[in-house]
Amino acid sequence: MNGRWTTADGAPLFGLLAEFEDVDALIEGAQKVRDAGYTKWDAHTPFPVHGLDDAMGIRHTKLSYLVFAAGVFGVFAGLGLQWWTNTVDYPLIISGKPFFALPANIPVLFEVMVLFAAAAAFVGMLAFNNLPLWYHSLFKSRRFLRATDDRFFISIEARDPKFDPRATRALLTSLRGAAVEEVEE
Amino acid sequence: MSRSTAEAVPALDERIRGEPLVAQGETLASVTETVCRIVEKPHPPRAWYVAFGISAMLAGLLFAMVGYLLLEGTGVWGINVPVGWGFDITNFVFWVGIGHAGTLISAILFLFRQKWRTSINRFAEAMTIFAVVCAGLFPAIHVGRAWVEYWMFPIPNNLSMWPNFRSPLLWDVFAVSTYMIVSLLFWYMGMIPDLATLRDRARTPLRRFFYGFFSLGWRGSNRQWHRYERAYLLLAALATPLVLSVHSVVSFDFAVSLVPGWHATIFPPYFVAGAIFGGFAMVLLLIVPSREWFGLKNLITMRHLENMTKIVLATGSMVGYAYLIEIFIAWYSGNAVERFAFSNRAFGPYAWAFWTMVSCNVLLPQLFWFKRLRRSIPAILFIAVAVNIGMWFERYVIIVTSLSRDFLPSSWGHFTPTWVDLCTLLGSFGLFFTLFLLFLRFLPIVAIAEVKSVMPDAKLDRDVHHGQGDYHGDIPRQHERQFGDPEAD
Repeated sequence: MNGRWTTADGAPLFGLLAEFEDVDALIEGAQKVRDAGYTKWDAHTPFPVHGLDDAMGIRHTKLSYLVFAAGVFGVFAGLGLQWWTNTVDYPLIISGKPFFALPANIPVLFEVMVLFAAAAAFVGMLAFNNLPLWYHSLFKSRRFLRATDDRFFISIEARDPKFDPRATRALLTSLRGAAVEEVEE
Repeated sequence: MSRSTAEAVPALDERIRGEPLVAQGETLASVTETVCRIVEKPHPPRAWYVAFGISAMLAGLLFAMVGYLLLEGTGVWGINVPVGWGFDITNFVFWVGIGHAGTLISAILFLFRQKWRTSINRFAEAMTIFAVVCAGLFPAIHVGRAWVEYWMFPIPNNLSMWPNFRSPLLWDVFAVSTYMIVSLLFWYMGMIPDLATLRDRARTPLRRFFYGFFSLGWRGSNRQWHRYERAYLLLAALATPLVLSVHSVVSFDFAVSLVPGWHATIFPPYFVAGAIFGGFAMVLLLIVPSREWFGLKNLITMRHLENMTKIVLATGSMVGYAYLIEIFIAWYSGNAVERFAFSNRAFGPYAWAFWTMVSCNVLLPQLFWFKRLRRSIPAILFIAVAVNIGMWFERYVIIVTSLSRDFLPSSWGHFTPTWVDLCTLLGSFGLFFTLFLLFLRFLPIVAIAEVKSVMPDAKLDRDVHHGQGDYHGDIPRQHERQFGDPEAD
C-alpha cells in the first residue's frame, strides 16, 4: 500500500512493533504515542485493559446506536409480521377473538426485537472491527504470537502521515520497557 | 505473635474481599498454559474416554428411539387422552430450564459485575447451548409428523396458511429459537479471543487452520477490544430480559390454559426461579469432575463452588416458597377443582413423584446453610444430582397430575411411561453429555482472556493510581481530540 519505507532486508515496511512486559508500561507508552500525534497505530493485549481506551484516545464506538436501531426495526418487523399474516393475508378465526390484539402479540414482538438487536451487536462488532480478516502483517512477527498470551504491544503503521523510520523508532525505544522491531508488509 | 506485617496484609485483604478469584502464584502465562494444555494434550484423561463412551452410546440410543418414533408414530409413547403431554414436554421444560443458569452466569452476573463468574461462564454457556439442543428436540418430535415442522415458522407454505400468533405454543417457537441463536452468538463471541490464543500456540497445520479460521483473525487490538467489550455488554443486556422471557413463555404454555393446577399467575417467576435452580445444580455437576480431571482447581476454586451452592440454596428456597403459595392460593380461591388438583398432587396416585420433588428441591438444598457442606465435594455432588432429579419431577408433577385428573371424573386417566419414553429420556442425557465432553476436549473451557482481566496483573499499580474497580481515573484524557481515532465507527 505504501512504497515509501522498507525494512533492513529491503521488503516493504508495514510498521514498527514495540513489546511491553506489563500493563503499566503499555499505558504509559500509549499516552506518549497518542500525544505525539500518531493516528494509524494500535495497542495489542491478551485481555481488555481498562484505561487503555483513554490512554490511546479512542473515540467511543457507535455500536450502541446500531443495536438500538436494529431493536426498533425488530419491534416493527415483529409487529408487522403478526399483523399482516393473521389479519390481512389470512385472517385466522380463533374462538371469536380479535385478529389483532396487542397483548397477545407482545411475546413474539419482544423475541424478534431481541433477535434483531443481538444479531446487530454481533455482526456490527465484526464489521466495525473489520473482521474476519485472516491475514495481517503483524502475524509475521514471532514475538506477536504472545499478544494473545502474556505480552502487550504497540504497533505504529508506516502509512501513518507522521511516520518516519528513525523518529518513530526513537520514540518507541524511549518508552519504558519497550523492545522494538520492524514488521514487513 | 510472630506474624510479620507482610504476611498479615494479604490475610486482611482476603478477609475483606474474599478469597482470591485465581489462586496465588498463577501468572498470565500460567493461565494460558493451564487452559490450553487441556486441548493440546494428545490424549485426554482415561475418565474422559469412559464418560464419552457411555454418553455416545446413550446418544445413539436417543437417535434409535427418535427413529422408531418417527416410523411408528407417537403411539409408542405412554401418552393418550387425557394425558397428551407426558415425558416429551417434561423433558423439554427440564432441558430448557437447565440452560438458563448458563445465561444467568454469563449475562446477569456480568451486568452485576460479579467477577467470580469469569472462571465458570464458558462452561455454563456451553451447557446452555447443549441443553437447548436437547430441549428443542422434544417439541419437534412430539408433534408426531416432524417432517412438517416448518409449519410452525412463518414460512409461506403449500397450505397458504400462517401460524396462529395468539397461541403460547407459537410464542415458544419464537422464544426458544431466539434463545438458541442469541446464546450461540454470545458463546462464540466470548470465545473468539481464546480461539486466537489457541491459534497462536498451534503446532499442527490442522489446528492452525481450525482455530485460525474460527478466531476470525483476532489480533487483540485495543480498537477491536473496545468495540468487542461494547458488543459483549449489549449482548448481556439483551440476554438478561431474554432469559426471563423464555421461561416465562414456557410457563405460559401452562398458565394461559384453563387446566386446574396450571392456570396460575405465579407461574412465570416460579418457572424462572426453578430453571435457574436446576441449571446451577447442573453446572455444579459438570464443573466438579471437570476441574478434577483437567487440573483447573487454581482457576475454579472452592470459592466459586461455594458461591454457586449459595445460589442453589437461594433459588431452591424461592421454589419452595412458590410451592407453598400455589397450595395456599388453591385453598384460598375456594375453587373446588383447584383445591382437588393440589390435594391430588400430594395424596393422589402420583404422590410419590410429588414427595420426591419436595424432598429434592426444598428440603435437601437447605443443607447448604452449613458452610462445611457448601465446601464438601461429595455433599455438592449429592445435592446437585438430587436437585436435577427433583426438578425433572417438578415438571412431571405439574404436567401429568393436572392432565390426568381435571374437571370431570369421567374423563380421568392414568399415565404410565413406556420403555420408549424412558430410553428417550436417558438418551437425551447421552446427547447432552456427548456434546459437553466434545467441548471439553476441543474448545477453551475457561474464558482465558476474562480470567486474566480479573488477575492482579491486569491492575494498574502506579503510585498515582488510587481506587478500586475498572475505571482508572488517573489516566489523563487527551486535551484536544484532534488526534482522535479516525477509524472509530
